Amino acid sequence: MTEPRKARVATASLAGCFGCHMAILDMDEHLIDLMQRVEIHRSPLTDIKSFRHRCDIGIIEGGCCNEENVHVLRDFRRNCDVLIALGQCAIMGGLPAMRNAVMHSDAPLRECLEEAYITGRDIRNVTHNIPNDPALPLLLDKVYPCSEVVEIDVQIPGCAPTGDVIFNALSKLLDGKFDGFERESIRFD
Amino acid sequence: MSTGKNAADEGLEPAASNQVQIEQICAAFDNDHGRMLDILRAVQDAQRVISQDAILRIAELTGLKPIEVEGVASFYAFLSLTPRGRVTIRLCDDIVDRFAGLAEVQAAFETVLGIKTGETSADGAFSLECTPCIGLCDQAPAAMVNDIVLTSLTPESARLFAARLKDGTRPEDLISDRFDDLTPIERARRMVDNNIRHAGCVLLGDVPQDAGLRAAAAATPAQIIESIERSGLRGCGGAGFATGQKWRFASTAGGHRRFVICNADEGEPGTFKDRVLLTERPRLTIEGMTIAARAVGAREGILYLRGEYVYLRELLEDVLADRRVRGLLGSNILGVDGFDFDVRLQIGAGAYICGAEGALISSCEGLPGEPKTRPPFPTTHGYLGCPTVVNNVETFCHAARIMDGGAKWFFDMGIAGSHGTKLFSVSGDCLNPGVYEWPYGMSIRDMLVAVGGEDAAAVLVGGPSGAMIARDMFHRKLTFDDLSTGGAIVIFSGDRNVLEIVEYYMSFFVHESCGYCTPCRVGNVFLQKAVAKFRAGKANPADIDYMRDLSQTIVETSRCGLGMTSPNPILSTLDNFPLVYSAMVKAPEDRLRATFDIQSAISDARHLAKRRSYIFDKDFGA
Repeated sequence: MTEPRKARVATASLAGCFGCHMAILDMDEHLIDLMQRVEIHRSPLTDIKSFRHRCDIGIIEGGCCNEENVHVLRDFRRNCDVLIALGQCAIMGGLPAMRNAVMHSDAPLRECLEEAYITGRDIRNVTHNIPNDPALPLLLDKVYPCSEVVEIDVQIPGCAPTGDVIFNALSKLLDGKFDGFERESIRFD
Repeated sequence: MSTGKNAADEGLEPAASNQVQIEQICAAFDNDHGRMLDILRAVQDAQRVISQDAILRIAELTGLKPIEVEGVASFYAFLSLTPRGRVTIRLCDDIVDRFAGLAEVQAAFETVLGIKTGETSADGAFSLECTPCIGLCDQAPAAMVNDIVLTSLTPESARLFAARLKDGTRPEDLISDRFDDLTPIERARRMVDNNIRHAGCVLLGDVPQDAGLRAAAAATPAQIIESIERSGLRGCGGAGFATGQKWRFASTAGGHRRFVICNADEGEPGTFKDRVLLTERPRLTIEGMTIAARAVGAREGILYLRGEYVYLRELLEDVLADRRVRGLLGSNILGVDGFDFDVRLQIGAGAYICGAEGALISSCEGLPGEPKTRPPFPTTHGYLGCPTVVNNVETFCHAARIMDGGAKWFFDMGIAGSHGTKLFSVSGDCLNPGVYEWPYGMSIRDMLVAVGGEDAAAVLVGGPSGAMIARDMFHRKLTFDDLSTGGAIVIFSGDRNVLEIVEYYMSFFVHESCGYCTPCRVGNVFLQKAVAKFRAGKANPADIDYMRDLSQTIVETSRCGLGMTSPNPILSTLDNFPLVYSAMVKAPEDRLRATFDIQSAISDARHLAKRRSYIFDKDFGA
């Protein structure tokens, strides 16, 4: 009798801080339990950069702030059965979406970049230029939550969600029994 | 204002004269903070602004904190913390006005006055702004110019009016060269055509003067209430509460001081029947209030007139004064010992929410027009905490007629559950917009034939807080139990865009939410955005469920009628015009959101970086 195939999981960090990926690692010894049931495919953890197989679960950290984020997110949607938005940035834009507050301007994006690189009070930018290397992806007009770009199946809230919350959600998903969170497990007050 | 001239005559510095003026205004209202709305209205009229200095001085004189005064001043649309023009032009921005050519009229004013909407001219002479429905949908587009109104505007007439105002003509002289010689009723009729298209036998037909009051004076309070109860009269403002029962509650409530308030804050877009009653039947309105006062034992009354109807102020004040002279108001009315009652006029200042009973009472008390938590109900804890009866203008008129004609006469009209007649204000795409008095029970189809609107594709019954119905429901009837309405009927032909109408009405509720309940303050903004997404063809199928869910939350968690009904434009069109929505939905491809447009999202960055995308400009990059 052959072992059942391990579930394939892919992860990506878009406009996030990698904190949610740290939180995945932060599930400590649960990681051993988890790894008995899944294999990590495309992910910064494995350094695999493109899909060679379809995956059962895709985990997205961060929202979309540039064109590459959109490209990666769409790629995940096309190649994953269940797509998870992990953490507040993926769910609602989070901290990077603070730039969406620059809205009462004729050119909000330019105003934002100028403050970040030229006019801001504590800027040390000897070139006085806004970075514009051709290798840099173009920024979007504002930061979008993942659910505005593709359909998201599961949201795991938190900044970052704790390792336990992530482990429990993934375990239940793998069991086919995930139906949301107990309120107690995701309250932060 | 005369008070302003006095101060100037004394040769004071402007700042000092302003302060003197404020003292005079406050003194005229006994420095009573309960009359804050009157005080602020007078200051606004005289100085065209409620300045910080004014707020401090008014607070000092009335014994309030400055923030409390500012709270009132910033709540009402007709009060302004920044200077407005000596002539303030408010264009009525209802959807009916928009369909009647508001944009061209607005452009005409903007061109001639040289200012954009929302601006005040540099010399402080003119302000131009938009305001929600001012109750003149039957003669749209309409506008207020200070305290007078202009109706049936065209780009040509707008240009002419604006040019004359610019040449220094007083707003009043736009109406008539001999405006000052006209009586108040003549002035009102010159400004506004009341378009009475069908007079029924109760309100708009022949009405014997004060016959109802005489009958009431001869009856005991208990007999009056019994008559009203037997007549089956229900409130005509929209909610339809049994009038007799309301009066009975107030009459049995404890306390010696009781009030009768007439709600003439007719703010529901598309409603203008009270405007007609207040112009054509003002005596009947006061008569009804006086009868209510006798029934519940009230000695004081307030007629709350919406700020948009300020052009009726003189007319109503004349009627009140005349009735005092004739012994129909004041002490021992009609010679009945202890039958004392008088009415004061309270003018609003542009807040739809004040049509809600609790908010109206707050406003009368000089507070921001925020609703009160119910229970307790006004019949036990109303104005100043005393038992208070609040009824609509039409309800009072009916009550007066019932005392004359008898409960049975009234009960036999209409159909079971909806007795008597009702005024309907009909506007929009029909040949004969105006006011119609019909017994309850008419079908929409018959109504459309009567008003010349047979080709209607949609009819909004009861204003935006009512229901929008489609052709397949034109057999439904105008009654409390089927299609309930405070009187508004707006007709839309097949040329109109249902989603444009819905989005307009949602923007109306966004503007008019008092902001107390978060679901109403924030939720209506989200609903408006969601409708805008449908209009732009950017909606997902899931957005329909989203709008229903959000609507449910707003309905269930708002404390007053505004929030409980504000999602109705969306809910009733989702039910009755489902194809309009489904036609605008894009199904997602590959579970990607078809509504996210990467090209527009990166177009700003393309311009800034002066390069194209390696990812999304296919011919260029990968």
